[in-house]
Amino acid sequence: MEEISFETNKEPDILLPPKTQSRALRWLRENLFSSWFNALLTIASALVAGYILFHTIQFIFTADWSVISVNFRLLMIGQFPIEEVWRIWTAFGLMTVLLGLSWGLWKGSMAHVAVSILAIMVVMLVMPFIQMNTRLILGANIVLLFLTFFVGTKLPKIKVPVLLVWLLFIPVTIFILNGFGVFEPVSSNIWGGFLLTMLIASVSIVVSFPIGLLLALGRRSTLPVVKYFCVIYIEFIRGIPLITVLFIGQLMIPLFLGNGIEISNVMRAMIGMTLFSAAYLAENIRGGLQSIPRGQYEAAQSLGLSKAHMMSFVILPQALKAVIPACVGQFISIFKDTSLVAIVGLTDLLGMGQKLVANPEFLGKQMEVFLFVGFIYFIFCFLMAHVSRRLEVTLGVGER
Amino acid sequence: MESLFAVERLSTPLEERDDMITVKGLNKWFGDLHVLKNVDLTVKQGEVVVILGPSGSGKSTFIRTLNALEEFQTGEIVVDGISLTNDLKNIEEIRMETGMVFQSFNLFPHMTILKNISLAPIWVRKWKKQRAEQIALELLERVGIPEQAHKFPGQLSGGQQQRVAIARALAMRPKIMLFDEPTSALDPEMVKEVLDVMKTLAESGMTMLVVTHEMGFARQVADRIVLFDYGEIIEEGPPEQIFDHPQHDRTKLFLSQIL
Repeated sequence: MEEISFETNKEPDILLPPKTQSRALRWLRENLFSSWFNALLTIASALVAGYILFHTIQFIFTADWSVISVNFRLLMIGQFPIEEVWRIWTAFGLMTVLLGLSWGLWKGSMAHVAVSILAIMVVMLVMPFIQMNTRLILGANIVLLFLTFFVGTKLPKIKVPVLLVWLLFIPVTIFILNGFGVFEPVSSNIWGGFLLTMLIASVSIVVSFPIGLLLALGRRSTLPVVKYFCVIYIEFIRGIPLITVLFIGQLMIPLFLGNGIEISNVMRAMIGMTLFSAAYLAENIRGGLQSIPRGQYEAAQSLGLSKAHMMSFVILPQALKAVIPACVGQFISIFKDTSLVAIVGLTDLLGMGQKLVANPEFLGKQMEVFLFVGFIYFIFCFLMAHVSRRLEVTLGVGER
Repeated sequence: MESLFAVERLSTPLEERDDMITVKGLNKWFGDLHVLKNVDLTVKQGEVVVILGPSGSGKSTFIRTLNALEEFQTGEIVVDGISLTNDLKNIEEIRMETGMVFQSFNLFPHMTILKNISLAPIWVRKWKKQRAEQIALELLERVGIPEQAHKFPGQLSGGQQQRVAIARALAMRPKIMLFDEPTSALDPEMVKEVLDVMKTLAESGMTMLVVTHEMGFARQVADRIVLFDYGEIIEEGPPEQIFDHPQHDRTKLFLSQIL
């Protein structure tokens, strides 16, 4: 038989690639002009893209944006009375403080959120049509953000309190908007614009998550009553469109509550959105739970961990980590779906846009208004997606 | 000095010691399949029992019933004086007294090695975090990988992971250790490091039930060998007797296929 020799000590001859073209040129050749057909496609799509881009940019620079600048306050906070705007600023200030502290405490993904919000504040600050006192408040908030950032870096011990305040942030905000229970409350019927969008979206996201978690756990329960309640709930909600849920909410919730109890339109919309998204989140989370191998349960049980400890330390951290992308997708979709509340008579950001367009004073300004509204939605959805990607990287999703 | 794994070592002969595990007339079915047939077994304190048998003979199922990872239909199991019933409290007490090591390690991948080991002592034994971590570090030292404490399971080799799994089970200060094919998923060169740890553990006086295919370990370490086939115990006795003078035909067949 022939003898095979291994020459392990010998360096292989390394051939360097010939340096005839620059990297950019090579990239172009390989990706855009690799054959005559691809070259043709490249040129055709470049022409179409250029045409669209040209007209978009031309529109942006020639359009009359006064409809936005004149109605900026309406788009942001609706008809919230101007003498009570300080309540919104108080809540906003609280958010700035929390954001700054969290930025200092956790860095990482929190830094991305904080810097993005900071950028939004700076952009608003330099907009020409913003009133002077709004500018001052925004400026103060920017300073506050940096101050609390430094406080956060110096005081690592306040992580738990900050988390607690975050959890309470939405109820506190609603409490502040209603005048601390001392001043005359501002009826939620005149909350509007982006403020309303934000409130409905954050309440739905924050409240539907724990409900979804419970539904997911319940669906896997061995108790038939619990299990079938969850299955029926989830399948029922997933079987009807969100608009129907919102209509049902408007009509049925007062019916269930009986006379005596008044519940505002905004609250009904929040309840409807929350119950709707909980069903979808439950299915996402169930997917995560199913991805955990049986051995993890057995290892936890064999160590004597109780069921509650097993779930909260071993199973859920792994399951939730696995479903971050799916859950954030659901959050983004809730955020956008809040625009449907316009149909049940609320003036959220989109609803306010529609009202402006219907106003004869701003006839023919649909493009400007809807572009602006779309842009705001885009910024926040993109921010959520970006933070979720960061979170995946820091938590090492997909690694084992 | 405290003995290596902090188990009380007994000088009294095996026959005079207390029973650690008593199994009487155990029967289990998976659907219509009768997987455990009238199994009787008594394990004394500090005894090392190795369970052998062809695959599918019910040996894994058997040791998994001992800490209630599997249910059984008829029979009686008493572990350290606690009767195994459907009562959740009894089950949790028995699990506190029995550590288990699995074929596939089953470490918690999202926790550091130190957290893996100290989790149960902190939440089940209610020890202070500092004490639990100190004991975790000592145990890591004893299984020979103190430098890995702050890594994650995915960064360790199979042999190291299995040694961590042993340390994790030992951290609960169990009176009994159950091993379910602990070396079957390991690369050959890592089998020895795990068997060495188990050997030291056996020498320190731990009561052990080991399902394995490692004949060398069985012959060298076991006080008694139990042979399972088709869900029943067909033969049991000291290693010399089983390996050199097997009585039952099926034992002879099994050993001839393995050795």
